[in-house]
Amino acid sequence: MSVDMSQFYQTFFEESVEGLDEMENCLLNLDVGQADPETVNTIFRAAHSIKGGSATFGFAEVAKFTHVMETLLDEMRSGERLVTQEAVDLLLKSVDILRAMLTATQEGQAIEMDPVTRLQSQLEALLGADASLEVKGNGSSNTSANQNKIWDIHFKPHEHLLRTGNDPARIIKELKALGELEIQVDISALPHFKDIEPSASYFSWDFQLTDAGEGKASKEAIEEIFNWVEDDCDLQIIAQENSNVDSVQANTETPTSPKSMPVETRSSEAQASSKGNPEPKTSVKTPVGKKASADSGSIRVSIDKVDALINMVGELVITQSMLGQFGETFEMDQIEKLRDGLVQLERNTRELQENVMRIRMLPISFAFQRFPRVVRDLSQQLGKQVELQLAGEQTELDKTVMEKIGDPLVHLVRNSVDHGIELPEIRKAAGKPEKGHVKLDAYHQGGNVIIEIVDDGAGINKDKVLEKAKERGLVNENDKLSDEQIFDLVFHPGFSTADVVSDVSGRGVGMDVVKRNIRELGGSILVKSEPEKGSTFTIKLPLTLAILDGQLVTVGGETYIIPLVSIIESLQVKKDQVSAIAGTAELYKLRNEYIPVVRLYDLFHCQPISENLEDGLLVVVEGDGQHIGLYVDDLQGQQQVVIKSLETNYRSVEGVSGATILGDGTVALILDITDLIKLSRTIQPGQALDRGMSHSNNQTSNASLVEQNQATNAAA
Amino acid sequence: MSNAVQTLDGDISIDGVAEADQYLTFIMADEEYGVDILRVQEIRGWDSATPIPNTPAYIRGVINLRGVIVPLVDLRERFGIATIDYGPTTVVIVLRVEGAEKERIMGIVVDAVSDVYNVKEGEMKPAPDFGSVGSIDFVRGLVTIDEKMIITLEIDQMLSDQEIGVAVGEE
Amino acid sequence: MARILAVDDSASMRQMVSFTLKGAGHDVQEAKDGVEALGIAKGNKFDLVLTDINMPNMDGISLIKELRQISDYKFTPILTLTTESGTEKKGEGKSAGATGWIVKPFSPDQLLSTIKKVLG
Repeated sequence: MSVDMSQFYQTFFEESVEGLDEMENCLLNLDVGQADPETVNTIFRAAHSIKGGSATFGFAEVAKFTHVMETLLDEMRSGERLVTQEAVDLLLKSVDILRAMLTATQEGQAIEMDPVTRLQSQLEALLGADASLEVKGNGSSNTSANQNKIWDIHFKPHEHLLRTGNDPARIIKELKALGELEIQVDISALPHFKDIEPSASYFSWDFQLTDAGEGKASKEAIEEIFNWVEDDCDLQIIAQENSNVDSVQANTETPTSPKSMPVETRSSEAQASSKGNPEPKTSVKTPVGKKASADSGSIRVSIDKVDALINMVGELVITQSMLGQFGETFEMDQIEKLRDGLVQLERNTRELQENVMRIRMLPISFAFQRFPRVVRDLSQQLGKQVELQLAGEQTELDKTVMEKIGDPLVHLVRNSVDHGIELPEIRKAAGKPEKGHVKLDAYHQGGNVIIEIVDDGAGINKDKVLEKAKERGLVNENDKLSDEQIFDLVFHPGFSTADVVSDVSGRGVGMDVVKRNIRELGGSILVKSEPEKGSTFTIKLPLTLAILDGQLVTVGGETYIIPLVSIIESLQVKKDQVSAIAGTAELYKLRNEYIPVVRLYDLFHCQPISENLEDGLLVVVEGDGQHIGLYVDDLQGQQQVVIKSLETNYRSVEGVSGATILGDGTVALILDITDLIKLSRTIQPGQALDRGMSHSNNQTSNASLVEQNQATNAAA
Repeated sequence: MSNAVQTLDGDISIDGVAEADQYLTFIMADEEYGVDILRVQEIRGWDSATPIPNTPAYIRGVINLRGVIVPLVDLRERFGIATIDYGPTTVVIVLRVEGAEKERIMGIVVDAVSDVYNVKEGEMKPAPDFGSVGSIDFVRGLVTIDEKMIITLEIDQMLSDQEIGVAVGEE
Repeated sequence: MARILAVDDSASMRQMVSFTLKGAGHDVQEAKDGVEALGIAKGNKFDLVLTDINMPNMDGISLIKELRQISDYKFTPILTLTTESGTEKKGEGKSAGATGWIVKPFSPDQLLSTIKKVLG
């Protein structure tokens, strides 16, 4: 039977990556000196699984390397070896090396063996010279080249042999397959009938096995048959035609013969599995990854999500059977029930769709989990003390976005540790705790995921940045820049001053690349910094496939969706609570606050049902810490919507974070509140006035569209 | 993508229509225009579209094409031809547009679809030079079939990032 | 055709074992650790149990011990899938009641020829 092993590669790579992550986590949590045995065991198991899998699937280099790790871990878990800092460091490095090896293997590239060999010898040095460093075979004896034709075999099972699931009949059958077999059964040990224990074995056998000329009846073949029972029986194998009595006593190690018979070795099961397996070398270089590339990757889904789906399908089936009944006998008076059923069907279907989408969402902890290690290594290297705090790890993010945000995040965190956090002496002198603090936080805001990297370090030196920028001609000598603009300079491609921002990893990746990567994901990055207090990098990412709880509103016959999280309340306007400032801006007094009124139709240049504030509704929303009252024609229901990107086939649109498809199949735009607030500030004064005159016919709104168009073209 | 196109071209020539491109033609203001049929994803009757605020007038809005949000360009508006009310023959031709960075799916709204023609390489004549009149850039060439002039369009040009204001969206 | 319970914490090994055995016409159930395996074993009958040794929650050795306590599994062949080839480790499996072992790495063919032994 031929089995294409490559079909299991993807699973192997995935579980190995998970195993490595787990190893790394456990290693980081390991208390040197008093390691928790269960943690050590978990690490061991991960290494063990990778070794087993890589050997099985033919990745010899990986198997060989993990074997050394495993040996070390085995000693640790059995208590033979103390868990030292040195060992933990080496094991952490091994995790990195293994990751690289697996990635190379997956992508079909050759493994860079130098670092592997180097680390392996370090591990071996730690293990001590006497450790066995080969992937062991199954330990059965090697070949003995004797040409015996006839074997005498004495086989006396111990009483419990049957209870191990072994059956003498099986052994006899296999012996028969090797040649001609004469059998003598000794039943003398059989007790009296009433004393017979049915699960006990009382017989013993004497066999004479004669090779049938096929050379099959070798000693190894015979030993192999008894391999599993050698501890459960008395066994003697004696060669007849050879003066050299080559007998094997049970419970003794089989002597190893130095001779070898390559042809036989191949065919023997035991040998093929030992170190000489020739296959792995070639298969490591075959492009395994073509089939198993990251793009075709699979996804791990929590049982909860799957259960939710199963429940929904259950409901769907119930609805379907209910509707099915109508199909058989329908009376007009059941029309209401039929409608209810259809409504239910629609809901079921929608929920199912949304939840299927949710499967793509993963908690951001997948991206965060590598940071304890990053921070630990880097702070050690730099002689700094840094405490890393992770928050919002359960925030869900689309898998694709997650995969692409990893590297930029690493860069930013490294940057914070490297340039943000000061050396302990300096911190002490500045009256700060010696231990610096870096916080990684994630949360949802509207249709976005916000990731913040906050440090309590020295902050960005504005003067220095500005000076460098001028030096490099990025800014004119006399330019007056806001703080925000100055901080934004660190993302400029031409800006890489080692004093201010450099790259610790030395890969030459700059902050400009970070910004570009984030923008490619449709996101943005913002820096805030205060001298001596620290810096905050805020990344805003879209949820390309995310789901959002939305409030449906209508303006000018179109439906828009306001993210529910941005809504504070919706209310009917009382005219006497609205005041106009200087004839332009309108403010609505809500309790003790004056809230600017923003008429959505003004921003979107469309025709509302009514321009009288009392006719419509005011939705009080928050964005970027600001409140505005968004005037709309009407409120519709609330529902979860699947966010679709407008950028896939078009481009981003101001004031709109994306689109979604409503129950009737039409498209509705999702409002970006923060963006709308910005947009509302750019509205021309006067445009908001003169109501009832403008927008009264399509001509006017067309004209303003054209104007808008020209304005944007000019900006470009 | 160009590979796929070439492969398909190859297939066509095997079928005996040597070196011929197929064009789907449509009518707009009594003129007949053609687009490379390999770029046509589907043709659908005009239904409705969700308008997108603050975009040029020729962006009619977006529609849901089996879960994908697809923008529609009103080609009359784009070409500066007087617009008419959409009627029963008004169709949306959904096209695959190859942009500088990525491929987009976009629809064009036109008066009516007309026919499919094989156009051999030699039959295509370059568009006469009208100087720097904008929309002429979109013309791939002119073909005469049955005494009729068909204007073939370079859709990647016509619906390029710059043309549809995508570059503007980059801030 | 035999009913086989395959126990391994590694999904790729489970897949490989299960695929190979199913390909040979056997009926295979998978379990990811001893606890799950024991649960499945209790409600079913199997002609053969293949189990990994190192697994979370309940390892292979404990699983074998538990299975041998159940009358249905007193004589059922149980093979361990082990990378540990030392006699010591094999002995541990054996003394817990394992029938034999298959040493990792093994090929699908090796797996089939080995189980053929105990399935008769």
